[in-house]
Amino acid sequence: MAKALAKEYELGKDFSVGLWSENPIFRQILGMCPTLAVTTSVINGFSMGMATLFVLFMASTTVAAIKKLVPYQVRLAGYVVIIASYVTIADLYLKGSFPAISKALGPYVPLIVVNCLILARSESFAAHHPMHRSMADAAGMGIGFAWGLVLLGGIRELFGNGSLIDYKIFGANYEPMVIMILPAGAFITLGIVLGLINQFSGKEKMVKETSCH
Amino acid sequence: MKFLLVFLSAAIVNNFVLTYFLGICPFLGVSKKTEAAFSMGLATTFVMTLAAMISWLINNFILIKYNLPFLQYVTFILAIASVVQFVEMYVKKASPALYHSLGIYLPLITTNCAVLGLALFAALRNYNFIETLFFGMGAGVGFTLALIIMAGIREELELSNTPKALEGVAITLIVAGLLALAFMGFSGMISV
Repeated sequence: MAKALAKEYELGKDFSVGLWSENPIFRQILGMCPTLAVTTSVINGFSMGMATLFVLFMASTTVAAIKKLVPYQVRLAGYVVIIASYVTIADLYLKGSFPAISKALGPYVPLIVVNCLILARSESFAAHHPMHRSMADAAGMGIGFAWGLVLLGGIRELFGNGSLIDYKIFGANYEPMVIMILPAGAFITLGIVLGLINQFSGKEKMVKETSCH
Repeated sequence: MKFLLVFLSAAIVNNFVLTYFLGICPFLGVSKKTEAAFSMGLATTFVMTLAAMISWLINNFILIKYNLPFLQYVTFILAIASVVQFVEMYVKKASPALYHSLGIYLPLITTNCAVLGLALFAALRNYNFIETLFFGMGAGVGFTLALIIMAGIREELELSNTPKALEGVAITLIVAGLLALAFMGFSGMISV
């Protein structure tokens, strides 16, 4: 009984670290390309988040399942092929079922292949942990990534377009700050949000470095 | 003359880092010192040019010919990973001094989204071989340019009085936003 409880606790912890304490965007600063590029609106951020969640979850599960079969020297190439295959599936699905979203996200869907978050989770977690824990970890990280994208998309859409999920918030007299949906706005919004999070998280927990290069 | 326009467009007008957000990870991670930024830029430019050519050959002579467009992502990323591996092996053998200064950056280039983005853009826009070659070079030069400008600014920032909470990545992102604003001045000059 105690053992089962400990196991559940472990799984719950694997799941929850991705949501906040090791959040990929705000605490690890991973996967910056899509974070900046597609967060022009809530819908775009959400779609990208879901696509990444799918790829991350499937790739982590597969890597955890086959980790003993892959020779150490070619593991990275193997992981990349697995990730690229799931990205192809996600891309074809989006193109077929949601052509408008697929068009809005453009080349950033195939670029999920090189999202450092996915490779980092495969390499540092799924390759050393059993399958169920890797699935919990991937789900937590994916959801953590997705809500970050939705938050940034919300801020940029609200100020850049005066709306949220296409519903007008500020009324007709609001003059949209176009800069917010242009590239410059992406950098500045993320910079300010990171600064605010640092401000409120105390000195020991401030994030100053990205975990990828 | 279109290839010259493609080069200028990729290097300045539609800068990969500041308008397409490609290669943000090294842009934030390796932009602390100008020398390191220059080495990283050089290594990336070389790999980008090579990867652009090889992915063009694969795309046109294998994928399009045998009607296999769905294999694009898998083949491109594998081609890029192999190019990086071969470049690393060659540089190690041919010039140990160069390997010493570039070596640590080379493996990181595989997961640099700018390289895969370049291959995808070139395929999407139907560039011919010469245009692809110059597109790769231009994108590399643009990446190096952005990286060096950023490193220069960050060296100065080290000495200035930044708010505690903004130190590191946060202030770098805000500065990048201002740089992107400056680069917006070029927008619309060339549309290729």
